[in-house]
Amino acid sequence: MSGVRVLVGTRKGAFVLTSDGRRERWDVSGPHFGGWEIYHLKGSVADPNRLYASQSSGWFGQIIQRSNDGGKTWESAGNKFVYDGVPGTHQWYDGTPHPWEFKRVWHLEPSLTDPDRVYAGVEDAALFHTTDGGQNWQELPGLRGHGSGSHWAPGAGGLCLHTIIVDPRDPARIFIAISAAGTFRTDDGGKTWRPINRGLRSEGIPEPTAEVGHCVHHVAMHPSRPDVLFMQKHWDVMRTDDAGESWREVSGNLPSDFGFTIDVHAHEPETIYVVPIKSDSEHYPPDGKLRVYRSRSGGDEWEALTKGLPQRDCYVNVLRDAMAVDSLDSCGVYFGTTGGQVYASADAGDNWTPIVRDLPAVVSVEVQTLR
Amino acid sequence: MIRVVLPAHLRTLANVDSEVTIRVGSEVTQRSVLDALESDYPMLRGTIRDHVTHERRPFVRFFACEQDWSHESPDAPLPDAVATGAEPFLVVGAMAGG
Repeated sequence: MSGVRVLVGTRKGAFVLTSDGRRERWDVSGPHFGGWEIYHLKGSVADPNRLYASQSSGWFGQIIQRSNDGGKTWESAGNKFVYDGVPGTHQWYDGTPHPWEFKRVWHLEPSLTDPDRVYAGVEDAALFHTTDGGQNWQELPGLRGHGSGSHWAPGAGGLCLHTIIVDPRDPARIFIAISAAGTFRTDDGGKTWRPINRGLRSEGIPEPTAEVGHCVHHVAMHPSRPDVLFMQKHWDVMRTDDAGESWREVSGNLPSDFGFTIDVHAHEPETIYVVPIKSDSEHYPPDGKLRVYRSRSGGDEWEALTKGLPQRDCYVNVLRDAMAVDSLDSCGVYFGTTGGQVYASADAGDNWTPIVRDLPAVVSVEVQTLR
Repeated sequence: MIRVVLPAHLRTLANVDSEVTIRVGSEVTQRSVLDALESDYPMLRGTIRDHVTHERRPFVRFFACEQDWSHESPDAPLPDAVATGAEPFLVVGAMAGG
C-alpha cells in the first residue's frame, strides 16, 4: 500500500510524519536528536529506508546521522568536514578577507542511484561528498576554487550552500546555489564550475547584473525537464529553460516576489509553488495571510491558495528548504513554518490541513513517497 | 581510571547514561584524556575540540576540582585527584541561551 513519510527538520530536533496514501491520519515520531538544530534530513531514492540528517549545535558542532530503517533508529556517521588544501579567504560582511570556516551542513542530497553516495552543502559555502554512506567526507574543491570564490560574501543567514540538484539525465551535471554568491553548474561531476546567473538582477549589490553576488534563496527542478529550473531569489521569482544559461523573471502578479521556498508539482512540470513573504526585513506573509501561490503556467500568472491556511494574524516565515511534494497520483504538497506548523495538501494545493501545529521552528521539509 | 562527566547532549550522542571511565596510558592531561575519550567514543570527535587543530570548541569548558582548566595548556598535567579517579574531569557546555 502506498504512503508518505514527511521528514521535518526543526530548530530543536527532527520529526518523522507518516501516513497512508489518503494522507488524512498521521503518525508523528520525534523529537529525534531533541535540542539540536536539524537543518535538513533526506532519504535516498535508491533505498528509501536510508535517511541522512544534519544535526548541529552552537556548542558541539556538526553531527551527521544515518538511519537504515526509515528513521526508527539512527547511528552517527562521519562528521569531519575539512576544506581541501589551504582554505584561503572569502569576503566578510565589512568587505575584508575572512578565512573559510566550516560551521554546519545546510543540505544533504543523496545520489539518485547509490544510497552510499551523498552530497553535502555547507556553510561557509562548499560542496562535500561521501561515497561510503557518510563515514568520510571530501570537498569537491573546484567550486570554492572558482575564480570568484574570494569575493563571495555571506547573506544575513551566513555564506551557505543550500541547494543541490543532480540532473537525473546526467549525474555529472549538478546545480548548486549559494547565498549570497548565486547559482553554479558543473558538467563534469564537480571538477569545474561556472556561475549561471545571467538575467538575474539584484538591486542590493553594487553591480545589479554581476556574474556573482546574488542572494539566491532556492532553486527547484522537475526531473522530467532538467533544463528548466525555477528560482526564488531574495527578491524575484525566476526561471531558466536552458539549464541556467539565461534567466527571466516570472514574478507576475505575486503580492510580493520576496520569499524563500519554491517547488514544482510532481506530475505537472509547469505547475510551481511559492510562499510570498512581505520583505527582507519583515519575514512574514503580506497582510498577515499565509498564502501559497501556484502557477500552472510556469510563472507569470499566479493564483492564491488559501483554503485551510490562516488568513488573518499570521506572521510566520517559510524557509528555503521547507516545502516538498509527494508523487502520489494526486500530488501532495507540504510546507513547514517558523511557527512550528506543517501543512499538507493532498490535492495539489487546493485544500490544506495542518499535520502538526506546535513543533519548534521548522527549517526543512522533505517527503518520501512509499510504494 | 579517569572519570569523565559529559554534558547531556554528548551523553546521548555517546549512548551513555552517566559518567564514563577511560584508561589513559600516558601523563594525565587534557590532551591525553580527550584522546582516550575520543578513541573509546569516536562519535564525540569534533564535538568537544576541532577535528584538525584540536582546539577546544568555543562553547565548551573543562572543569576539574572546582577549577576552570579551559584556558590551561592542553599538555599541562591535570590534578592528581583526576589522575587517581578521585575527582572527575568535567566537559561542560557553556551556559548560553538558545
